Amino acid sequence: MNEELYKQNIIDHYKNPHHKGRLKDSDLQAIGNNPLCGDKLSVYIKLDKDGKACDVSFDGDGCAISVASASILMDNLLGKHINEMRLITPGDVYDMLGIKVSAGRINCALLAYKALNESFKKLEIKNE
Amino acid sequence: MIKAEIIKKDFPLLISNPDLVYLDSASSSQTPECVLDKVENYYREYRANIHRGLYGISEKASREYESARGEVAKFINADTEEIVFTSGSTLSMNMLVYSLEQTLNFKNGDEILVTVALHHSTLVPLQELAKRAGLTLKFIPLKKDSEGIDIDYDEMENMISEKTILLALPHSDNVLGTVYDVSRAARAAHKYEAIFIVDAAKTAGHMPIDVKSMDCDYLFFSGHKMCAPTGIGILFGKKELLHNLKPSIFGGGMVSEVSKDEASYLTSPDKFEPGTQNIAGAIGLGQAIKYLDKIGVENIHSYEKELTKYATEELRKINGVVLYGVGGQNDNTGVISFNIDGTHPHDVAEIFASKNVAVRAGHHCAEPFMGELGITASVRVSFYLYNTMEDVDKLIEAVEEVKNVFEL
Repeated sequence: MNEELYKQNIIDHYKNPHHKGRLKDSDLQAIGNNPLCGDKLSVYIKLDKDGKACDVSFDGDGCAISVASASILMDNLLGKHINEMRLITPGDVYDMLGIKVSAGRINCALLAYKALNESFKKLEIKNE
Repeated sequence: MIKAEIIKKDFPLLISNPDLVYLDSASSSQTPECVLDKVENYYREYRANIHRGLYGISEKASREYESARGEVAKFINADTEEIVFTSGSTLSMNMLVYSLEQTLNFKNGDEILVTVALHHSTLVPLQELAKRAGLTLKFIPLKKDSEGIDIDYDEMENMISEKTILLALPHSDNVLGTVYDVSRAARAAHKYEAIFIVDAAKTAGHMPIDVKSMDCDYLFFSGHKMCAPTGIGILFGKKELLHNLKPSIFGGGMVSEVSKDEASYLTSPDKFEPGTQNIAGAIGLGQAIKYLDKIGVENIHSYEKELTKYATEELRKINGVVLYGVGGQNDNTGVISFNIDGTHPHDVAEIFASKNVAVRAGHHCAEPFMGELGITASVRVSFYLYNTMEDVDKLIEAVEEVKNVFEL
């Protein structure tokens, strides 16, 4: 388990997460929560005039898996068009993490992804 | 004196998993062979419904079921008609709240006094009751000092008034294992004729319970945290209170007469046990009590305190370990909550699992309590009669492993 799960890459992202902090003037933002442990993560995305992510960030505390997942997901989102972001699947997130996620840790691995999807929903409601 | 190495042999799961260090009994305990046998014996030898059949095996099932009720009554110094079988603490509390609502005349603005140390299973039904009936939920503040964390009893006494209709406390909480002064709370509640409810899920089978000396009006616990099967528990209520309390779950087996439009009900406890009950579970609970009684619940309590003291001392020696609450200096029901600086409890529990150490990580169904402690989650270790000092040593090794993985 942990030899597989807690790879150096995961530990590095956990200890020094990329794009950590609150983004001002974001176009997309939402909170994801993990009902099992009470962890909450927010994601913030700023879009340029073409609809591409020009700045991204996440904020909040979590376990190594959720923080690393958020950090790696943010790296991945930068420069992507919103329509492209919408197509990201949970499988893509697992691939980005590069580890085998056990059933008990799915909520952790997908916490930032959940917040990302929530931000799309909020945008739709705003645009309606 | 508890000889945990010998007691461990009573538990088939611990025999077949010799490397398992099971430190999650506050979540659910393991089951001894004698309870498994008793439950299996019901299914194999005399499985039938109770109170109904006029044939031998049904009569035997009824006798065993009622004898289990007798065991529970003796176990907490109650009378048999004061014991209602339920599926566990959560149902006991929900059923009780609905029944109180049917029976009493709550007035808008009446107050319910509670503590954040309550488990969600007690707190949430009261939150819902407060919303439905327009009642005010008030929290007794906690007192944090060098002794640990406890309820501020002076403040509790100040807060109770004519407006207070209910006071609900845990006998012990499941995050820190603090034992609360329920007798003092009972006196305070009864001074203003408030109903006093005790959640004994953490203490049943871990320390003696005497409902008479405690003077609680209602008390409940689950069987699965005290060596009995899952899906069985009890609600205790004082005789005269249960007599007047209206049922809130309806069906067969609880009625004395039913016409097209209405029904009249049996007396307590039957009126609170509609439908076919968890017969095997109740019989298993009776056997679990016999098993625990033989070892002595007071002995178990002392032993759990020893384990807690040793583990607390060892954890304190490790740099970066942050302990919450009493941690064994005072009375405790074998629970330790802690975190390791620079790690999240979920990661800790996962790395522990790789070392065969089973603990709980999270908010332990006590989110408001965690909020008061200033954390969202912790690692919780909880002991029972089958845990050895060697289990504690393995816990300490697992903490070192976490520090290695996270390069701390």
